[in-house]
Amino acid sequence: MFDSVDETVSILHEHQYIADMGLGTCLFLALKMGKAVFLEGEPGVGKTELAKVLSQAFDTPLIRLQCYEGLDINHAVYEWNYPRQLLEIQTRQNRPNNHTGVTDDIFAEEFLLKRALLQAIDQSNEQAPVLLIDELDRADEEFESFLLELLSDFQITIPELGTIQARHRPIVIITSNRTREIHDALKRRCVYFWIDYPSPDKEITIVQLKVPGISQQLSQQIVSFIQQVREQDLYKAPGVAETLDWARALGYLNAQTLESHLIDATLGFILKYQDDVDKIRGSVADSLLEQTLKVS
Amino acid sequence: MNGQHFLNNAVLFVQSLRQAGLPVSQEQTMDFVQALTYIDIGDHQQFYFAARCMLLSNHEHLRLFDTIFNRFWDIMPAPHGQGQKAPRAPRHLPEQKPYLFTYMATRAQDSDPELEVVDKSGTFSPAEVLQAKDFSHMTSEELNAVKRLIQDMHWKASFRRTRRRVATPKGDMLHMRRVMASAVRYGGVPLRLSWQSRKIKPRPIVLLADISGSMEKYSRIMLQFLYSVSHSLNTVECFVFGTRLTRITPQLKIKNIDRAIEEAAHTVIDWSGGTRIGESLHLFNRRWSHRVLGRGAIVIIVSDGWERGDVNQLKNEMRYLQLRCHRLIWLNPLLGNNEYEPLVEGMAAALSYVDDFLPCHNLQSIEAFGKQLAQIDA
Repeated sequence: MFDSVDETVSILHEHQYIADMGLGTCLFLALKMGKAVFLEGEPGVGKTELAKVLSQAFDTPLIRLQCYEGLDINHAVYEWNYPRQLLEIQTRQNRPNNHTGVTDDIFAEEFLLKRALLQAIDQSNEQAPVLLIDELDRADEEFESFLLELLSDFQITIPELGTIQARHRPIVIITSNRTREIHDALKRRCVYFWIDYPSPDKEITIVQLKVPGISQQLSQQIVSFIQQVREQDLYKAPGVAETLDWARALGYLNAQTLESHLIDATLGFILKYQDDVDKIRGSVADSLLEQTLKVS
Repeated sequence: MNGQHFLNNAVLFVQSLRQAGLPVSQEQTMDFVQALTYIDIGDHQQFYFAARCMLLSNHEHLRLFDTIFNRFWDIMPAPHGQGQKAPRAPRHLPEQKPYLFTYMATRAQDSDPELEVVDKSGTFSPAEVLQAKDFSHMTSEELNAVKRLIQDMHWKASFRRTRRRVATPKGDMLHMRRVMASAVRYGGVPLRLSWQSRKIKPRPIVLLADISGSMEKYSRIMLQFLYSVSHSLNTVECFVFGTRLTRITPQLKIKNIDRAIEEAAHTVIDWSGGTRIGESLHLFNRRWSHRVLGRGAIVIIVSDGWERGDVNQLKNEMRYLQLRCHRLIWLNPLLGNNEYEPLVEGMAAALSYVDDFLPCHNLQSIEAFGKQLAQIDA
């Protein structure tokens, strides 16, 4: 585990994740106090990425639960392997055995399919895994209340088997894109952090770290342009993920410096709505480019 | 600053957050105090972020939190810091606009001819008349009666099938867990089949109500109506607009409809500005649509379509909105007039993106709308 906020930030940096002081403090405290981290922010600011990096940093498995509407215990926690149970019963019927009845032990652990949440608190875990509950806003309220219960004591009761309690509390990262308000009770159980778009300096570092093939000048121009695009009135502003995609694309095109025709050809990497593309393409893009070149 | 003193201040700080209306639980406070032992509290940044991630759980509250944080921790050392101004008591609020009669009375001169003022106090319409009477012609007593009538009527909400499955006597999928459980009881033979089907839930409703000028009366009634449909406003998101748009869902949870609208009116209505539907929808689409339009939402716009802004913008925003909701309904009280044709530029532009175009000027039309709403399903 990390010993201080600064160490948290620098270890994340070693694993190619640039966190600012805020995220570093939040993560450090969450780990220290054994609480879940609840991350919100615009799409593509690195919410999911944080969980992946944490599992690398601690060299521990990443267990990911992608949420969707109707996600239930069968798909999130456990399910019995019904076909196997039925086969087992048939086998026993065909080959009667005096010691075991046809249906004895049919709800034993060997017939259990462990889903993400059960895997995360499985007692056979050697160390605490990272549990990523991704896009919780897509799940429904029923799942949310189940999760609330799980997060408070990290145990799951299976009626046929008994209660399973985690030996090592998993490191829990919950993300949300806010397509729906998550209930306050759940958020208050967690350490809440809103990840903003990165500052220009931070974003340049990210681009240079993740896309090493392009020149420093180009990465500065890319970031400067993107930061200006974010200030425009758009349906969907480009996230860091879009910046990186764009930087890679420009790298493949062997671009040395940002040019009008390059932007025009690759605008689809940063803007995902036709209305937004129409708005930026042409004169707006040109004036933003002019600004960019003036600064650098 | 010694430890105990600092701790006291930390707790005082939490109290001032609460006083400002931020929801901070006891558990969060304890966590915050605990967190302070892990960080370097001399480091201003660390201290700020520790407070923020422990005590704040909603991004909307960030600005308020920051204000209180700065004010509290900067002002603490100063002995004569200015306390927060208490909100003005209602009696100090600006006077209501004078009624027309009052106005005429103050302007009247002795030489003016005397007018016969008809006493209207006893002209309360009976129920049948109330059914067909336009809301804008009603007295406040009549409007209250209408509200009560709406509350007493039996409304059916509109439902949708969710993806969650629940056990039901009949269904389209086997409930294997139950099948196996009963198979164990019958010696391993799945004799009795159990079923599951998709759960049904009320659809979320998003109301965008025009409260400028004459539209206010209709919008109030509409809110009352939606309140009765969903019994509480749990599945209803409410926005009101004039020249600007504002969300009143949280206010409706703690105040009554009339107060919530009255307060919102101060911020969204520019008495000279008319209605800017396109701009209001633009704000809604950008800031709110992806947060409230999930799960097959029905969007209801209440407006007469008198657009003072850019008609092209209105068109674009309507197109965007229609693509992202299950059903887009426009309620226009003017439609109650048989001779009305949606010729106003704004209304004509919006109309091609509207799924249902309905009147909402009297009780009958509200009833018809209610029936229509209940029929929208999967």
